[in-house]
Amino acid sequence: MASQQAWMSNLFTNTGSSSFTEFLGAHAPDLLPTRAQALAAPVGDQIPHATTIVAATCAGGVVMAGDRRATSGNMISQRDMEKVFRTDDYSCMGIAGTASTGIEVARLYRVELEHYEKMEGRSLSTEGKANRLAAMIRGNLAMAMQGLVVVPLFAAYDPDRDAGRIFGYDVGGGPYEQRQYHSIGSGSIFARGSLKKLYREDATPEDTVLTCLQALYDAADDDSATGGPDVTRKIWPVVSVITADGFRRLSDEEVAEYVHGMLDARMTDPDGPTAPLR
Amino acid sequence: MSMPFGYASPEQIMRDRAEYARKGIARGRSVVVMQYADGILFVAPNPSKALHKISEIYDRIGFAAVGRYNEFESLRLAGIRYADINGYTYNRSDVTGRGLANLYAQQLGMIFTESIKSLEVEIVVAEVGEDPGRDQIYRLTFDGSVFDEQGMAVIGGQAEAVGSRLKERYSEGLPLAQALDAALFALTEPGGERPSPTQLEVAVLDRNREHRKFLRLTGPRLQRLLEEAAPAPAPPTEPAPAPAPETGPPIGPEGEIDTGSGE
Repeated sequence: MASQQAWMSNLFTNTGSSSFTEFLGAHAPDLLPTRAQALAAPVGDQIPHATTIVAATCAGGVVMAGDRRATSGNMISQRDMEKVFRTDDYSCMGIAGTASTGIEVARLYRVELEHYEKMEGRSLSTEGKANRLAAMIRGNLAMAMQGLVVVPLFAAYDPDRDAGRIFGYDVGGGPYEQRQYHSIGSGSIFARGSLKKLYREDATPEDTVLTCLQALYDAADDDSATGGPDVTRKIWPVVSVITADGFRRLSDEEVAEYVHGMLDARMTDPDGPTAPLR
Repeated sequence: MSMPFGYASPEQIMRDRAEYARKGIARGRSVVVMQYADGILFVAPNPSKALHKISEIYDRIGFAAVGRYNEFESLRLAGIRYADINGYTYNRSDVTGRGLANLYAQQLGMIFTESIKSLEVEIVVAEVGEDPGRDQIYRLTFDGSVFDEQGMAVIGGQAEAVGSRLKERYSEGLPLAQALDAALFALTEPGGERPSPTQLEVAVLDRNREHRKFLRLTGPRLQRLLEEAAPAPAPPTEPAPAPAPETGPPIGPEGEIDTGSGE
């Protein structure tokens, strides 16, 4: 309650910026997820980790998909975790690394973007959004050194270019703009290899969704921490598409249709589609 | 006992402040906030594209104000901070219009009693619910009084006249175009020209929208709605002149100062 009273009395003071995080930092720092307190011992292995996220641009937009598994060491701690988050009407982010910190960062980031939009009456530029996320990840660096690593992947539709854009990060921040496609998390090496062969420039959003699902399958195939589609429990990857029409998360039924098509083809060809040699 | 030189009784001070605020508010044009079939409609005659009188506060909460821009703008920003911090600390569903109205009431009341000049603003906080029965419209006056309005609220100059015209046309569950028509009828003086789309600021809190319910209606979309709203289209030959705001007596919030005694 004490902290609430402190910020309550500052609601009417102008901090000189439209950033929600800066307001919290000045008047309610204990609400921020990143607190630079030293842990007695690194806890990285004992806390659930989120795994693989892929993103690829398509004609007039961008697609992001994430598997549903969270692991603690060699244990599967959750089968139906969601790690792709809508951050505003034209952007989304996926998280890999420490699940709890990642979710908190995603929640704060969403408020940050909305807060700016409401205060200023306009959305941040795509680069502006990417830079804000970099600052948040850099703020977590001390915790990352203790094992609480969070790495996001940011995808947005840029109205100025009428195209999708993808930004990658490392534990120190970023952003690193990625052309065409990118992946993060434990299965990212396999997913990226798959994307490299299956990505087609200016493919339709529908085809790009399938490319991303194939890449996730390939990642789950070779990485134990990445979950494949769970047919028996009907747990499908989270897939979101962002175009000029805004953010849209595909429904479970839509994703199931893509996944079943992919699985049927893999029944005869387990390694999935092949890219032409010449 | 003789009064010291320059003495003014507390009653006199409060009356003067209220009078001052009422005059300031009455100079501005009215804003209409009303329920329609899918949520809550905000309509404000406002030629400026950048200086808004209507704004989004949170997922289900909208804000409308009249009076001094710098004063209600600072209230708006504080409301957004309040909503975002509460939503972030607890959950997005834990941010309510009632909480926000209370925050504003306290701030307005404090300034009214403690400052030399009260804020020359009148505001509406509206929250759209899951169904029309749970929609809420709160009207707040410069002294911090809160009025829980049913169905519609009018603020600003000539609020009484506009309110009575709105009552003529208002009914529960109007479709959007008809609701907009009713609002424009109320905002237009009898015999006057309706404001053109460029002179209007229109927004809705639409309960059927996902995530954020607030939506500004602008450009072609507003144009279409206005055409739907006016079955006999009479395009104004010139931008409708502002109804002379100085005419008529200044009308402010009526009644005594809210004492919290529930009168």
